[in-house]
Amino acid sequence: MTGTPAVSRKVGDVIVNQTFVITRDALVRYAGASGDFYAIHYRDDIARAAGLPGVIAHGMLTMGLAVQPILDELTSLGFVSEYHARFSRPVVVDPDHGATLRVVGTVAELEPDAMRVDLSVTCAEQPVLERAYVRLALTRCR
Amino acid sequence: MNPHVQGRELPPAAPYLVGREKVREFARAVFSTSEINYDPDAALDAGYRDVVAPPTFPMVVQGSMRPLLTDPAIGIDFSHILHGEQRFQYSRPIVAGDELTTTRRISGVRSAGAHHIVTIESEVADSAGQHVATAVATLVLRGAAS
Repeated sequence: MTGTPAVSRKVGDVIVNQTFVITRDALVRYAGASGDFYAIHYRDDIARAAGLPGVIAHGMLTMGLAVQPILDELTSLGFVSEYHARFSRPVVVDPDHGATLRVVGTVAELEPDAMRVDLSVTCAEQPVLERAYVRLALTRCR
Repeated sequence: MNPHVQGRELPPAAPYLVGREKVREFARAVFSTSEINYDPDAALDAGYRDVVAPPTFPMVVQGSMRPLLTDPAIGIDFSHILHGEQRFQYSRPIVAGDELTTTRRISGVRSAGAHHIVTIESEVADSAGQHVATAVATLVLRGAAS
């Protein structure tokens, strides 16, 4: 690593602006991959009994996919040293149309050896994650 | 629920051996398009021993929280539980071939109106005993839980 700034990006730069469509199939796939078989993620009756409008996405699916476009941009620079999010609103997944999430990532801090990217994750323009940010340890800058 | 469970710890589970195909399966499930999650050669080129797990993979390694929470002495009704917040801190990425041991404990219990807020901390270490990741989950138990 050199002493020069690690990346050709600056604070305030929007480095990611991407949408994802989560379908019920994606929920089934995530349930199997993660081992989270909580029934509100695949049964409308149980979701409604829990006070929800219908089946919702796993919060960890939303969190898991929201960081991916950041990694696509930055994984060559280092590794994720911290990742945080609050689940502010459930993502209701319609059986026909699914749910569309928009992920916008903005550089919030930039140091020689670390970088923080703040994530805005919305569904129908409502935030579903709050105080979502990822910090990268810039170990691989050349 | 019983507020006296703060500090309760589960004995470490049997080590979790991270498999290449599990990493790929999980990567697909979180919509990863990153080559280092799938291709061992791409991972090697990036400086890793084998395919790299996505950042939220500790959720797989730590296993279900239910053994920690379903003890009748704790009194949690799972039909009224919501995941409120999640934090991960990492010393390094998890890669296929890692043999990981997770220690889980209830690190906080507090009440907020009719709700209880429970914080669970999972520490993931490798076979050399080195810290890999810490996952802190905040669960919200809605009013009906007693």
